[in-house]
Amino acid sequence: MNIPYTVEERPDTGLTNGKLGIWLFLASEVMLFGALFSTYILLRVGAIEWPHHELNVPLGAINTVLLISSSVTMVMAWATLKMNQWGKHRLYLLVTVILAVVFLVNKYFEYAEHLAKGEGPWHNTFLAIYFTMTGLHGLHIIGGVIVMLYFLGPGAKLWKSNPEQFANRIEYTGLYWHFVDLVWIFLFPVLYLL
Amino acid sequence: MHSDPAEIQKNVRKYMMIGASLLVFTVITVAASYLNLAVPAAITVALIIATMKGSMVASVFMHLNHERQWIYGALLLTVLFFIVLIFIPLFTVQDGISVGIPWSH
Repeated sequence: MNIPYTVEERPDTGLTNGKLGIWLFLASEVMLFGALFSTYILLRVGAIEWPHHELNVPLGAINTVLLISSSVTMVMAWATLKMNQWGKHRLYLLVTVILAVVFLVNKYFEYAEHLAKGEGPWHNTFLAIYFTMTGLHGLHIIGGVIVMLYFLGPGAKLWKSNPEQFANRIEYTGLYWHFVDLVWIFLFPVLYLL
Repeated sequence: MHSDPAEIQKNVRKYMMIGASLLVFTVITVAASYLNLAVPAAITVALIIATMKGSMVASVFMHLNHERQWIYGALLLTVLFFIVLIFIPLFTVQDGISVGIPWSH
């Protein structure tokens, strides 16, 4: 049985089911991260003192550049696919994965530096919320990498049988990826700079 | 959103421009954090820049500048609930237990 409205738009919503689905998922993600940002505000307002520039700002800034660049390559992966440039699409998607992996490697070194000094999430309130928020964000990065690797590997077969559906799947992956970038755009100043 | 290859070709330049703008704003955010502004001013500046960057990602990369009504409707509801969620901590100001108001017997 074929799944309906994967390529053609539903007459009532004007959207494919996948498009509406990914946006509803992202809406739930907004609430998930929103709860953590709300927690951050509560903890910070209630704190007598709050560390300033405690984290490695250059490393955080480099990670911001990496994620923004990966958002550009992700949107280019979709755009080249729509322009029927299969080779370029693969290249852009691969670069997106590489940028994401470098982000995670940086994060690993950052975590390792803190943990080596005994500064885990148990150390103080700031590090507790830092590890929670960046840890959850890191899990989202890992999830995105797994999905992109799937589309670079076995998932790529769909391009030959149903190119429109494949392009839609890349678009939904892109929407998720840009959301992950968007969360980091707020996490970086909130945790590293303020 | 656009699905015409010619239209997408035109947007490629826009994607690159937005990417470059996001990088410039990142540099400005970091530079502003070293200006030793008062905490309220520093928070305001950082959040204004982050909101501008977020808007660019959402409107151009996520194509929210030309989406269907159903998506705008879902996002409007999300924004409303998000605002409630963010302001929930304000209610703790009226929390009598945490500020040491004695229990009545």
